[in-house]
Amino acid sequence: MYRIQKKQILSDTVKLMEVNAPQVARKARAGQFVMVRTREESERIPLTIADYDKDAQTITLVIQGVGKSTMEMCRLNAGDEFATVSGPLGQPTKIENFGTVLCIAGGVGIALLYPIARELKAAGNRIITIIGVRTKGMLFWEERMQSVSNVMIITTDDGSYGRKGVVTEPLKELLEERGDIAHVWAIGPAIMMKFIAETTRPFNIPTIVSLNTIMIDGTGMCGSCRVLTDDGPKFVCVDGPEFDAHKVDWNNMMQRLEFYRDEEQAALEHWRHKCQMDAAAAGVKEKDA
Amino acid sequence: MPKKIIIPKKTQMLGQAPADRINNFNEVTWGYTEEQAMAEAGRCMECARPGCIEGCPVNINIPGFIKLVAEGDFRAAVNLVKETNALPAITGRVCPQEGQCEGLCALGKKHEPVGIGNLERFVADWEALQGNLHVPIIAPATGKKVAVAGSGPAGLTVAAELARSGHSVTVFEALHEAGGVLAYGIPEFRLPKAIVRREVEFVCSLGVRLVRDFIVGNTATVDELLEEFDAVFLGTGAGLPWFLGIAGENLAGVYSANEYLTRSNLMKAYRFPEYDTPIAHGRRVITIGGGNVAMDAARTALRLGAQESIIVYRRTRNEMPARLEEIRHAEEEGIVFELLTTPVAFHGADGRVTEAECIRNKLGKPDASGRSRPVPVSNSNFCIAADIVVIAVGQSPSPLIHRTTPDIDIGRAGAVAVDEKTMKTSKKGVFAGGDVATGGATVILAMGQAKIASRAIAEYLRTGEW
Ligand SMILES: Cc1cc2nc3c(=O)[nH]c(=O)nc-3n(C[C@H](O)[C@H](O)[C@H](O)COP(=O)(O)OP(=O)(O)OC[C@H]3O[C@@H](n4cnc5c(N)ncnc54)[C@H](O)[C@@H]3O)c2cc1C
Ligand SMILES: Cc1cc2nc3c(=O)[nH]c(=O)nc-3n(C[C@H](O)[C@H](O)[C@H](O)COP(=O)(O)OP(=O)(O)OC[C@H]3O[C@@H](n4cnc5c(N)ncnc54)[C@H](O)[C@@H]3O)c2cc1C
Ligand code: SF4
Ligand code: SF4
Ligand code: FES
Repeated sequence: MYRIQKKQILSDTVKLMEVNAPQVARKARAGQFVMVRTREESERIPLTIADYDKDAQTITLVIQGVGKSTMEMCRLNAGDEFATVSGPLGQPTKIENFGTVLCIAGGVGIALLYPIARELKAAGNRIITIIGVRTKGMLFWEERMQSVSNVMIITTDDGSYGRKGVVTEPLKELLEERGDIAHVWAIGPAIMMKFIAETTRPFNIPTIVSLNTIMIDGTGMCGSCRVLTDDGPKFVCVDGPEFDAHKVDWNNMMQRLEFYRDEEQAALEHWRHKCQMDAAAAGVKEKDA
Repeated sequence: MPKKIIIPKKTQMLGQAPADRINNFNEVTWGYTEEQAMAEAGRCMECARPGCIEGCPVNINIPGFIKLVAEGDFRAAVNLVKETNALPAITGRVCPQEGQCEGLCALGKKHEPVGIGNLERFVADWEALQGNLHVPIIAPATGKKVAVAGSGPAGLTVAAELARSGHSVTVFEALHEAGGVLAYGIPEFRLPKAIVRREVEFVCSLGVRLVRDFIVGNTATVDELLEEFDAVFLGTGAGLPWFLGIAGENLAGVYSANEYLTRSNLMKAYRFPEYDTPIAHGRRVITIGGGNVAMDAARTALRLGAQESIIVYRRTRNEMPARLEEIRHAEEEGIVFELLTTPVAFHGADGRVTEAECIRNKLGKPDASGRSRPVPVSNSNFCIAADIVVIAVGQSPSPLIHRTTPDIDIGRAGAVAVDEKTMKTSKKGVFAGGDVATGGATVILAMGQAKIASRAIAEYLRTGEW
């Protein structure tokens, strides 16, 4: 069992957890991930290793509640335990001095991009960041991101903070205005990464994305995570998770992500119902006592 | 020897009727009763030169244990089996007996062979029912430490053998559950998971430490393990699923058999939403392949509610590598067989698979495997509608360990190269056996290689000589 040492609320839907996992902390590198299971009945969920501390034997996970499994994880508190934390999995990020690097994050991607931006900065790169969220309440780590960025732009879909609009607008402007952008890094929802890929493609600027396909084992034995690339089919869990955004067949990837939509909905409803029943049962007990 | 009255037919195990069993995941067959077992044992002719022993990869004293069954001394029978085979409850159920022990049974020349596998299963199940598993003697501690990567039949066998000889053994398993294919691949209706767990617990009762969620190569490399352990055994299996490399293979709804079966068996998707992992419930499911894996997938599809479950296989029934019993059970359950057929493309709508385009074959000259080669018949293309496709055409060892330990030589088809007399790899202190060394094979072969490796590891630990 893997104990949660610390929990921090980053936004309504995003929680940070420091988890005791000595065998992962010892080997973890930026860009790698773990497979996490909450209980015996839970599915195996891939989560990026947002940070790690070899001495404290912990890793940091940042979890966005988007469906049943991640919402259930977000409800856990310090002292609770995960049934499985296995890893580190996937290829570590290859950090180099490229010159000027544009880092783009959406939603929970902020937390996942931060350690990469930090390392890129340490390697001597100039960092421009674009952060996109739906609304101001979903923004977190603004100062932290600022601390590793030479320039930072924030967009909100509803205009409640920073610039109104989506990340690809400032991205396109920057690409048109500046000739010095050597590399683009993007982490966020598949649809966002797809449009970033389309935006940078005509400029021919190498663009790295971290793909979030559906996984089961995370070790290369099921093929659930496979994506089509110009270099043939690849397993995201062992060949990735980072890929050249211009080589990915985005439509195929997004169609595969959508495959269990009905089941995901059913799982969420089943869980919500169970939570209500549990709460009601607890209420009855209190009255009885 | 007194002449026996020959009973031509094997005693059939009772079990669930096909119409019932396709609605649940419970075991199909129930095994022999004591009376049935003694009757079946009575069919054995106690041959002077028994072919059956030769056919068994671990050379169980088959007439010996069968005689004890016939006499009703089940305790002695199971002990005799366990002298050479630690997992009889499993092999009795999953060995391809018709190609091994039963294939060489003298009775089988004219009649049906003795039900050796059924009898082996019977004695093992009988022992489990008695509750008091007899714990073998463990030799005094040697102070030597061995790391075993993988908890499939190969890893479990090496762990048990070495623990008995007093070595300190740690098994590292990548998944959250031990057992290898026995846990994630072979379905509950063919091999109840309680049996696998019982065997894993038995191995742990010998003092073996089991560490789950530990991916050798990632969580620690083989070189890092060698800093702490005196020897390493790789029993990591052949987990990398093969695909066909044809158009449409990445459509949603196209599964590898590993994914389909892992979702159902390991993650218990058949109990969704009580268990969180989803699996698609197809109405028409096509499985590509003709081995045990394909039978397991096609029969799982039925149990998940498919109205039609179709096996597409490129040769004929005679060439199918699956166990005969599985093919028979699949037929009884109404699985449709499209034989001499090869898929050439999958087509879909909105990114989801809707049909498999196939081509017919005729049988040609035998190929390297000795089986007739399928030759495509031109212009015979036709389509089979499907909402799920499961690809079960084989698997090879994962490159995970090799990527981090390049000095372990790789031989044919991604398998770790070993000296078959010792199961030594090219790297000092590292041994390998089972599917990782052979490519996808069988449980009993994995155990046989594990035995050879155990002896060589013990020798290496004693002498330090490579
Ligand atoms: C290598 C890797 C690293 C990841 N790291 C993180 C991380 O650090 N933090 C984090 O919060 N999430 C991360 N994810 C995504 C996370 O695994 C998914 O959000 C999670 O599996 C969804 O499970 P669920 O049951 O909660 O939601 P579901 O009920 O499965 O899905 C709910 C909604 O989310 C969408 N969805 C489903 N699967 C994914 C997915 N893999 N990615 C994005 N959307 C999905 C569905 O289309 C659906 O609309 C990572 C994914 C991968 C592959
Ligand atoms: C669906 C299916 C049905 C089958 N049916 C039959 C049958 O009826 N009869 C028969 O005889 N054979 C059958 N087989 C074949 C048989 O299961 C295998 O030959 C046998 O399990 C091989 O044993 P093994 O110990 O070498 O490997 P496996 O059983 O594959 O076990 C390997 C273990 O190592 C773990 N592992 C892998 N990589 C790592 C790593 N890097 N670090 C740590 N752990 C790792 C895996 O998770 C797994 O638990 C079937 C196979 C499948 C897939
Ligand atoms: S282990 Fe397999 S081959 Fe050997 S006797 Fe038992 S069933 Fe037959
Ligand atoms: S070959 Fe058949 S009949 Fe002869 S000893 Fe073996 S099981 Fe008995
Ligand atoms: S998650 Fe199974 S192969 Fe990648």
